[in-house]
Amino acid sequence: MAKPAKMLLNVPAIKADFPILQRKVRDRRLVYLDSAATSQKPKQVIEATTDFYSRYNANVHRAIYELGEEATREYEGAREKIAAFIGARSPNEIVFTKSTTESLNLVAYGYGLKGKLQKGDEIVGTVMEHHSNHVPWHFVKDHKGAVLKYVDVNDDGTLKIEQYDELLTKRTKIVTVTLCSNVLGTINPVKEIAKRAHEVGAVCVVDAAQAAPHMPIDVQDLNADFLAFSGHKMLGPTGIGILHGKPEALEATEPLLGGGEMIREVHLGRASWNDVPYRFEGGTPNIAGAIGLGAAVDYLTNLGMEAVRTHEMEITQYALDKIGRIKGVTTYGPKDVKKKAGVLAFTIDNAHPHDVASILDVEGICVRSGHHCAQPLMERYDLPATARASFYVYNDLEDVDVLVAGIKKVQEVFA
Amino acid sequence: MMADLRELYQETILDHSKRPRNFHEIPHPDASAVGHNPLCGDRVTVFLRLSDGVLADVAFVGQGCAISKASASLMTDAVKGKTKAQAHELFEKFRRMVTGRPGDPVDTPSLGKLAVLSGVCEFPVRVKCASLPWHTLEAAIEAKKEIVSLE
Ligand SMILES: Cc1ncc(COP(=O)(O)O)c(C=O)c1O
Repeated sequence: MAKPAKMLLNVPAIKADFPILQRKVRDRRLVYLDSAATSQKPKQVIEATTDFYSRYNANVHRAIYELGEEATREYEGAREKIAAFIGARSPNEIVFTKSTTESLNLVAYGYGLKGKLQKGDEIVGTVMEHHSNHVPWHFVKDHKGAVLKYVDVNDDGTLKIEQYDELLTKRTKIVTVTLCSNVLGTINPVKEIAKRAHEVGAVCVVDAAQAAPHMPIDVQDLNADFLAFSGHKMLGPTGIGILHGKPEALEATEPLLGGGEMIREVHLGRASWNDVPYRFEGGTPNIAGAIGLGAAVDYLTNLGMEAVRTHEMEITQYALDKIGRIKGVTTYGPKDVKKKAGVLAFTIDNAHPHDVASILDVEGICVRSGHHCAQPLMERYDLPATARASFYVYNDLEDVDVLVAGIKKVQEVFA
Repeated sequence: MMADLRELYQETILDHSKRPRNFHEIPHPDASAVGHNPLCGDRVTVFLRLSDGVLADVAFVGQGCAISKASASLMTDAVKGKTKAQAHELFEKFRRMVTGRPGDPVDTPSLGKLAVLSGVCEFPVRVKCASLPWHTLEAAIEAKKEIVSLE
């Protein structure tokens, strides 16, 4: 068993905040190692959402009465917290969506498809993107005749960063990249990529779904034009996501949803739009989700994102050391934790990842198996599937020890 | 091993997944079909030789988890020599077994060796792995040209 480590986070206290971690799975302690898919929720977040429903449920921005004012205040308060969390200049740079997927689709549609892009304009992505940062750009190619180009990966899981120099041209209008890979854990040099994009007059779109929950983000330092992430991966509820945009980038984006809230005036056959960011929030929003995400941001801010990152680096290093050393196990992605988030994809000789996940499940361990919504990356490495463990604030070294024991059990079964 | 794990990964299953029977192509088959489970990357191709409505020879190739491989291997053994209708009936019984509730009686006399896969019903997410080869067999029998895709 692991030595009680000198961790920055008080993990036992954190674990106690998460009701689900008190339950058992197949009579075992739940060892949740799938936070890259979705994180668990602390009681503070659960309570914030139930508090909304039980004390001040009302629609936002419309009601004249007190309840509505309270709901609006909390909803807009969440926007302010999220703006502060990522260092935005103003809450008006924060658009509430339902997910990273919707945020990226909004950019692809509103900036790419309906925006200024011309036939033959180029969009540069990477082979390590999640499907949600591939498919929306396929739409732009199919409906607008944009040309898609992709930066490749090295065998060590890092981006072939020098390829940007070859791929970026005067026709490049959009560069889109994940800040952190959900399979390899690779942390990409997005600040440098955004700088190169700007040098050719392109905007830079960042998928921060795996980054915002796990490391400090400063949108001003990164200087990208759009940045997307999901509430549910950062201790918040499902169904709430964020698109951060620079004011001029959001102004150049057309809305995806027409309806209430997003308009200024509607007449038969025409309408004028509300200001950014409300222009993008057509219809009654996920109010409870936004408030829950605000509480999640409070929780993370309280822990300190530097401490969260350091904690995960420590677990990841430990996992790389322990799991990387087991004979017959292969790990993927960077081995240097400075370049890697707490995501560890691995395969075990002679055991299919699906069988690995089933056997670990019986041990109470939740890991992901499959292609992780990154089929182009899996094809690039010629892997049909991998297992993946991912770590968060409620994990500790003992969880890794349980995983290591589970992997050895898999090897026994398939010996 | 824990009890339900031993159920899922019985010796017979491990044996069939490591040394699958009828694991080869049939040259110039009378029918064949490809099955794909995009969720886990399992891919199986089933080949048939037919003679008077009887499955005279059945074989498969592909890659996948232990459950899908063992299921394909056991299936090819089980349906060889059966009529199309009998094979279909066997699939129905097999389907009932793997989608049943843990503890439900298993029709061992009809299912024979296939009964070793009864433990799958405790792992609902694995039902697709076990049934992919059967869906693919059905597609081959019905000579469907398109790829069977289980999602
Ligand atoms: C890197 C990355 N991008 C985007 C997404 C999509 O997030 P969501 O499903 O919340 O829209 C995910 C989620 O798995 C992800 O890991």
